[in-house]
Amino acid sequence: MAKLRVVHYINQFFAQIGGEEKADYPAELRAGEVVGPGMALMQKFGDEAEIVATVVCGDSYFNENIDKATADILEMVKSQSPDVFVAGPAFNAGRYGVACGTIAAAVQEQLGIPSVTGMYVENPGADMFKTKIYIVSTKNSAAGMRDAVAKLAPLAVKLGKGERIGASAEEGYIPNGVRVNFFEKERGSARAVKMLIKKLAGKPFETEFPMPVFDRVAPNPPVKDMAHAKIALVTSGGIVPKGNPDHIESSSASHYGEYDITGVMDLTADTFETAHGGYDPVYANADADRVLPVDVLRDLEKEGRIGSLHHLYYATVGNGTAVASAKKFAAEFAKKLKDDGVDAVILTST
Amino acid sequence: MVKEVERAGLPVVHMCTVTPISMTVGANRIVPTIAIPHPLGNPALEPAEEKALRRRLVERALKALETEVTDQTIFED
Repeated sequence: MAKLRVVHYINQFFAQIGGEEKADYPAELRAGEVVGPGMALMQKFGDEAEIVATVVCGDSYFNENIDKATADILEMVKSQSPDVFVAGPAFNAGRYGVACGTIAAAVQEQLGIPSVTGMYVENPGADMFKTKIYIVSTKNSAAGMRDAVAKLAPLAVKLGKGERIGASAEEGYIPNGVRVNFFEKERGSARAVKMLIKKLAGKPFETEFPMPVFDRVAPNPPVKDMAHAKIALVTSGGIVPKGNPDHIESSSASHYGEYDITGVMDLTADTFETAHGGYDPVYANADADRVLPVDVLRDLEKEGRIGSLHHLYYATVGNGTAVASAKKFAAEFAKKLKDDGVDAVILTST
Repeated sequence: MVKEVERAGLPVVHMCTVTPISMTVGANRIVPTIAIPHPLGNPALEPAEEKALRRRLVERALKALETEVTDQTIFED
């Protein structure tokens, strides 16, 4: 039997074109080429499948031009008539995960070609696309490539052959909410009693019906009197005083910073910079107002459009930072903002 | 972070370029911005034009904070 034809999608980083400074690299088709993680996939595919083309696209380019990038890449994929489409894996890279999910879902829906990708469960792309395509659950960094490929390759082959896909726990994909009836070896009462005994003994047990997590917060009422309101700035874009005095990490930040901008009218290249390692820092380092709009808010304060700009702002680096950490930081500084009589918050993200 | 600020009882507007991510994390007031490395700027513009662009975006954010919403809302121009 002929090998399955696979088209593989990767970003500029895994194609070894460059890091953030090359993230605006437009989509490119490399017919007949196996690039980066494609090598590991090819090894796992063995005689079953082969990568016939690789599509490379910069993460920022994709996310800033979603419609055009998707349309262009769909044409590229179509021209190679693959049996299956593989994107990533993206691990915990947010923009890459969104790109992989978007393009894999589009290929599957619009071209009817089965698609699969892989990412870390906290990647925003996972929540966005897990019900649309199979997303193999990976570790949070490229150190988990071996493990990711070991799940990704066989699932891609199964999809390409049109074989039945087993449960998420068997195949290693992120649960997609699809339920399938099957017969358990043991009946329900026996399983329930076993679970209860484990629970009573304080031993770990696995529920058969995990409760869904709905964590939504209802919007607060609007600001009624903006001309007298105190507005605070918060950013996940890593804007810090020059020299990064609190040493906020460029990725997986372990803390946030609180900075006093009393009397600061404008952020300049000499006074502020970004600590963020997940986007090209050139523009923010030249003028940090491009991420944290202090200059404009000072003008609006002077003109009386807002009451005042709070003298403290809070910043961290939202780059592979664990959701649990971000939640903890924000719960802490939100309380401080509240105690300081702040009325509303502008939060900027890169 | 947006959600925690909202949970603390403060109205918050999220200014970001990749709005689908903002929707996923649960922001209620969202203002789309220019580009990932410079959400509130555009280095291709003259400094004065660039500041005017930033001002328009911030004014839209203030408008969002002044608007009653019941569900996740993206404030386009």
